[in-house]
Amino acid sequence: MAEQFVAKASEFQNGDRQIIRVGEDEIGIFKHEGKYYAYSNFCLHQGGPACEGLTIAGVKEKLRDDKTSVGLYFDENSMHFVCPWHGYEYDMFSGEQVADRRLKLKKYNVVQKGDEVYVVA
Amino acid sequence: MDLIANHGRRVSVEELNTSKLLAHASRQAKERKFEDVMIVDVDAHHYENEHFGEILPYMDNEVFKQLALASRAKGGRGSVAPSVFGFQDIGGRVTRYPLRDSEQAGKGYQRDIEIGHRWMDAMGVDYSCLFPTGMLNIGSHPQVEMEYELTWAYNRWVTEKVIPESNGRFFTMLGLPMSDPEGALKQVETFGDRKGVRGFMITAVRPNLPVHDNRLMKVYRAIEERGLALSFHSGFNWTDKQFQSCNRFIAAHALGFSWYNILHCTNWVVNGMGERFPKLPVIWIEAGLAWVPFVMQRIDHEYMLRPSECPLLKKKPSDYMRDMYYSTQPMEIQDMGALEDTFRMINAETQLMYASDYPHWDFDLPSTIWDLPFVTEKARHNILGGNAARVLGLPPRNEAQKKNLERFGNLKA
Repeated sequence: MAEQFVAKASEFQNGDRQIIRVGEDEIGIFKHEGKYYAYSNFCLHQGGPACEGLTIAGVKEKLRDDKTSVGLYFDENSMHFVCPWHGYEYDMFSGEQVADRRLKLKKYNVVQKGDEVYVVA
Repeated sequence: MDLIANHGRRVSVEELNTSKLLAHASRQAKERKFEDVMIVDVDAHHYENEHFGEILPYMDNEVFKQLALASRAKGGRGSVAPSVFGFQDIGGRVTRYPLRDSEQAGKGYQRDIEIGHRWMDAMGVDYSCLFPTGMLNIGSHPQVEMEYELTWAYNRWVTEKVIPESNGRFFTMLGLPMSDPEGALKQVETFGDRKGVRGFMITAVRPNLPVHDNRLMKVYRAIEERGLALSFHSGFNWTDKQFQSCNRFIAAHALGFSWYNILHCTNWVVNGMGERFPKLPVIWIEAGLAWVPFVMQRIDHEYMLRPSECPLLKKKPSDYMRDMYYSTQPMEIQDMGALEDTFRMINAETQLMYASDYPHWDFDLPSTIWDLPFVTEKARHNILGGNAARVLGLPPRNEAQKKNLERFGNLKA
């Protein structure tokens, strides 16, 4: 395992992502609300570029006590990233596939040294 | 390019480049040595509605042509063909939908060829059967004459422009105006011998079409006599009566694609069409596979009790279904045991044909077949391209492919 340079922290904005190649692997590094998250860029579905698509909050449905539906809403406490091939949707914080949380992308540690961001791979 | 996420938040992604988007597919193809395997995609698409400016002048009747051209002259707001609404792009999550216009490629039909070759090369696909997208709903057009005219215009355009300039890699099964049996026959007779025409297609989103109607027999006979295939390409229509209770796209889409092929396949089988046209290859497209065991068991069960309603049948309905062909996509792969049973029930080794459905949202790569744990090497080759090569008469593109086709008995052209 070695530290791989990702980007200058000062140039890595919230909401951005970087894709780096380490040998045969590709790693997607996201910056979300000041924190970094890094995952394998190979979707667990058909191998698409899992980290290269839309980032979007998760959708939930609110029910009343009587089980009637209030409707759909974006859960602002969540953030997902979505494989652009088919829409496989992953939890930004855990790398879990949100429809079946037993499925998880490989997660990498990210470290910041001064103004430089590294992923450990 | 920016995409819109929750609360209008803009997310920057790269502009669309199909080759780049499918770079991981290229890697899969290389790792699996797909160059040596002839891969035929029996169901891929283009967006013909982007080319109506080229297509409509091919309409035959001057009155309908004027209607269509005048409609488009209203700043592009007019619509000449029925369309269905839906959310295939999952709110922009499948990025090639919103980014489609950003891709750098040629103009007009050349653009479709160029982009088509990009995805085929990335996946390792040798040949693709090119189907339209919006015109899969032509069966919903209220005007029989316009249904005929639009299919005629598309069929002329695609066989005179698109297919001839695709370096032999696109072929087609042309849509027919099934509301007009005489017109459908004329189109089979006109286009059936053209280069790249491997069959004809019934757009299955036709809930009121009796495929066994006596008036259609001459159409099927004409296709069979030419040694061509007949395919049923399924679809969905959220506004059809049976789907109006569906409040989510997932329900209308999942059920719709299965339903229309279930409907037509059932009528096809119980009316003895397999006995009437034993040499006509029939291919059921884009309904997935999970519906097939259901229909086989359901009709076999009732046939044992009610054979008097199906006097043309000389064997069980499921036996006729095993004589027909099925395209793989969207292959339901959630329960591997159920999928393996499905392969057994349909004789997948000889009856199943790979389909990508690219660029639509739920496309499948060739690796979905290649990597299945329960298929033999022969089945892999047959499903990915050998069955289509044998049935549709497609030649190998290199020596290694030729050897593999010979090895498994699929070399016919």
